[in-house]
Amino acid sequence: MGSIVEINGPIVEVELPGVRTGEQVRVGEMALIGEVIGRRGERAIVQVYEATDSLRPGEEARALGHPLAAELGPGLLGGIVDGVQRPLNRILEESGDYIARGLEITSLDRKTRWPFVPAQGVVPGQTLNGGDVLGTVQETPSFEHRVLVPPGVCGELLEIVPAGEYGVETVVARLRDLTGEVAELKLYQRWPVRTPRPYRRRDDAVVPLITGQRILDTFFPLLKGGKGAVPGPFGAGKTMVQQQIARWSNADIVLYVGCGERGNELVDILESFPQLTDPYTGRSLMERTLLVANTSNMPVVAREASIYVGVTIAEYFRDQGYDVVMVADSTSRWAEALREVAGRLGQMPVEEGYPAYLASRLAAFYERAGRVETLAGGTGSVTLIGAVSPPGGDFSEPVTSHTKDVVQTFWALSKALADARHYPSVDWNDSFSGYAGIAARWWEEEVDSGWGAAREEALALLTQAGELARIVNLVGPEALSPEQRWVLEGAGLIKEGVLQQSALDPVDSFSTPQKQMALLNLMLEIYHQGARLLQSGVPVQELLRLPLLGRARRCKSSYSNDQLDELKAWGEEVRATFEGLRGEYSQMAGAGQ
Amino acid sequence: MKEKEYRMGVRAQGGLLYMQGIPGVAFGDRVQVRDHRGGLRNGRVIRSAKELVLVQVFEGTDDLDLENTWVRFLEEPFRMPLSPELLGRVFSGIGQPRDERPPIVSSLSRDVNGSAVNPAARAYPKEFIQTGISTIDGLNSLVRGQKLPIFTGSGLPHNRLAAQIVRQARLLNETSGFAVVFAAMGVSYDDARFFRENFESSGVLGNVVMFINLADDPPIERLVLPRTALTVAEYLTFDLDLHVLVVLTDMTNYAEALREVATAKGDVPSRKGYPGYLYSDLAEIYERAGRIKNRHGSITMVPVVSMPSDDITHPIPDLTGYITEGQIVLSRELNNQGIYPPVTIPPSLSRLMKDGIGKDDTREDHPRVASQLYASYARALEVRNLASIIGAEELSGLDKKFLAFAEGFEKQFVNQGEDEDRSIIETLSIAWDLLSLLPYDVLTRVSEADLAKYHHRERGAVEHDLDDAETRPETVTHA
Ligand SMILES: Nc1ncnc2c1ncn2[C@@H]1O[C@H](COP(=O)(O)OP(=O)(O)O)[C@@H](O)[C@H]1O
Ligand SMILES: [Mg+2]
Repeated sequence: MGSIVEINGPIVEVELPGVRTGEQVRVGEMALIGEVIGRRGERAIVQVYEATDSLRPGEEARALGHPLAAELGPGLLGGIVDGVQRPLNRILEESGDYIARGLEITSLDRKTRWPFVPAQGVVPGQTLNGGDVLGTVQETPSFEHRVLVPPGVCGELLEIVPAGEYGVETVVARLRDLTGEVAELKLYQRWPVRTPRPYRRRDDAVVPLITGQRILDTFFPLLKGGKGAVPGPFGAGKTMVQQQIARWSNADIVLYVGCGERGNELVDILESFPQLTDPYTGRSLMERTLLVANTSNMPVVAREASIYVGVTIAEYFRDQGYDVVMVADSTSRWAEALREVAGRLGQMPVEEGYPAYLASRLAAFYERAGRVETLAGGTGSVTLIGAVSPPGGDFSEPVTSHTKDVVQTFWALSKALADARHYPSVDWNDSFSGYAGIAARWWEEEVDSGWGAAREEALALLTQAGELARIVNLVGPEALSPEQRWVLEGAGLIKEGVLQQSALDPVDSFSTPQKQMALLNLMLEIYHQGARLLQSGVPVQELLRLPLLGRARRCKSSYSNDQLDELKAWGEEVRATFEGLRGEYSQMAGAGQ
Repeated sequence: MKEKEYRMGVRAQGGLLYMQGIPGVAFGDRVQVRDHRGGLRNGRVIRSAKELVLVQVFEGTDDLDLENTWVRFLEEPFRMPLSPELLGRVFSGIGQPRDERPPIVSSLSRDVNGSAVNPAARAYPKEFIQTGISTIDGLNSLVRGQKLPIFTGSGLPHNRLAAQIVRQARLLNETSGFAVVFAAMGVSYDDARFFRENFESSGVLGNVVMFINLADDPPIERLVLPRTALTVAEYLTFDLDLHVLVVLTDMTNYAEALREVATAKGDVPSRKGYPGYLYSDLAEIYERAGRIKNRHGSITMVPVVSMPSDDITHPIPDLTGYITEGQIVLSRELNNQGIYPPVTIPPSLSRLMKDGIGKDDTREDHPRVASQLYASYARALEVRNLASIIGAEELSGLDKKFLAFAEGFEKQFVNQGEDEDRSIIETLSIAWDLLSLLPYDVLTRVSEADLAKYHHRERGAVEHDLDDAETRPETVTHA
């Protein structure tokens, strides 16, 4: 037991001998929750996750003896928790529309009973190790929750309960380790959020994460187990990209961490996801989703924790052998929370007020992404995607530039594109993916052997068009040759017919890999056909007048994922039109002679 | 402790009063300071240690004579008394009457800092508000419970626009209007009077609560003013079930006051000297807008934010844009051409538009028309830029059409009278008049069905338009 010495915003100094850095504490009469982040002689510096108004020097402080840890077990899915994993629906019941302080609420519900079935072949006498599957709980009709022996625990199984309904606090098994110590295992375990959960070894990521967004999947792919970032100024579409990924990506579990952003954006998910169906399981999308929310008006300090709470839960599902995607909106707010605390601690700022350890913290966070062989010998992955909100849209600022150094996929959003309502506003010049080569293997085997070549050709066309556009802006379009004008049109088809994709269009919001490829091939085909006609003397004006150019741009919304045959049929018509033109012109050329 | 007065100030500087040897003062509590002339000032504890207490004095610490300064700790946070009597009244930033009428007496009062709304308690805002202004209704629709700021510059008609919104805003099928909370921070006397007269002449004054801190009033009071105002807005909304429109002007003055205090405290500056917590601080204010499940009222917020040197990347508009649900941006260029309201379309945005418009709310084609206008105008601006290089005569036939479109768009769609209250259907019909200047095949954001129904010319008739078509670099060039 100790006492408060000073309150300075979220930073509280306490006299609490023996408390360790990282330990959880409760301070004041309201028992606000916080974490020790440093020591100053006999005193401990505590960052408090709740507003510190009306705390007084002299009030008591109490160490809890453990670091900030996540509760991991059945009941996580479909919920929304705050930055320190307190369920917001329970808080709502306890304290009404506004979040009260000092609440004591467990992360997992203690009352729900879950149907637990011991894993096959798990029998007393057998030796179990950390990470082994003890049994399963069918948490939703489509999701099997695997109850794991906590990492670090191993020994001989003394007993295990029979299949039945149990609450998370029930002891379902007991193990005796080599020293004779008996461990009681429950349906849930705790894990300190700042420590990555262990795995057997890291594997190379090999399959792309399919998000259904063409510019992401086809042009700047991300892999399951990869790390990606979405930087962009306000209004460019970062949140929308992340929500689209949360909606449509082919992951088993999606964690959406709203870190210092708008409350309404989480409500949007809470209200819309239960109505949407997961395209892969046919179940409600909410069943595979979990929200961690520390909105911009909630206390800053818990913002820093929210990212770690999120990634720890992600790792827990990975350890069960699942592919997990975590999107964090926005990592800049997390970095600002670091900065805020560093400032109050009087630590030396290095760039724009950020402490020197910003880069290493960012790198360490993204390092928790990966595809791994789990302790149980299965395969699971955590894909991390962080939004970055650069002040003034300036990508050279510290958070963006350090993030750029550690991620493999970088979806740079452009204000110019967003201003023209070209969404997703992913800039094809500034974005990159280090995974295109690996993704190509999957695409070429599963979808179309021409994927890599088509992608490269489209990117080259865009680059070429960019250069031509510069010339036009200097001297006008007259300076361009017919071939060059046709390049501009080809790039236009790629941009409007493939890259641009409205999240709000019910037909086009999600594009299967097959549709992505079909559209890309169609636009390239039109470009090729036209280029050939130009060579045989057809004037470019004649081509530019073709109504099919407008219709091609609309194909993405005119043909759904299930209408690819119709789309192909239209492609035949296009070919016929070009054939017809070729015929006319060769006749005319013949007649002219 | 509440009864006691202390005279333990050791330093006073930049609005901060440092006191020593007063143990056990609660962080955030309200303080009353009696200066050597007997004048009362108000303050708040912003740091409390056994050895040192730091008090922020709203009226400033100028000319405090420490030997004769007495401080009383009131043992409670800043609170605002609440009652239906608030409507029609005028207050200072800390809730003292400014209209020569008696203070509000009520058994109900609330901490002005409020507490964070539980995201799980919120309801998503989706009810379309018709403001009668085409650039807002057509392209950046406002919905009930949204926070949509006006980004502006000195000398631009943001006050007229805000007043027009207040006058005209209504729901399509409801008659009851909005109650208004007007919060002015550091504005000129003339501006404050302009609003007052406006409220008066449109007959809403009895439904308005005003909080006024003028340019020559103490700046630190601006830090508490929006919080007091929003506490009242929340009361009107959630206790009295009213729909409330909050106008905050000018948030830039607020942020400057915050910087002043942060500098005096020695907080680590981030960009342009503003403290790193400016984002969170602004969010505490802006996020108080919204709707709550199972509650009738709503808080719709229209903050006015001046962009210093017209720079939208300046930290104040920038951080605001990161928090609010879009922004209406005013442009000096349009204003100089006599266009009112001078809303520049490309950087303007309403993030909550998507669920408030369309078939059941406004009209089925609305979302696509908005997207098409944005795209076509972006392209038209490029053409205009090209014309300035090569001359308008050199443009292709299609480009000339785009040029005409841009003209018409600014003069007919953007431009409207200060008293002109256009219905959303009128707005959409002007939009189609303009889109009809362009041929079918460049209008790929709208559907074929939209074209058939609303475009003024039929497909066959337009085909020849493309005879002189030229491709132009896509809407956005990457220079
Ligand atoms: N893929 C998209 N399709 C349609 N509209 C989009 C898309 N991405 C962004 N938008 C529009 O842009 C607005 C801002 O996007 P948002 O993701 O909230 O931006 P940010 O998070 O970068 O500030 C959205 O409200 C929406 O209107
Ligand atoms: Mg966002």
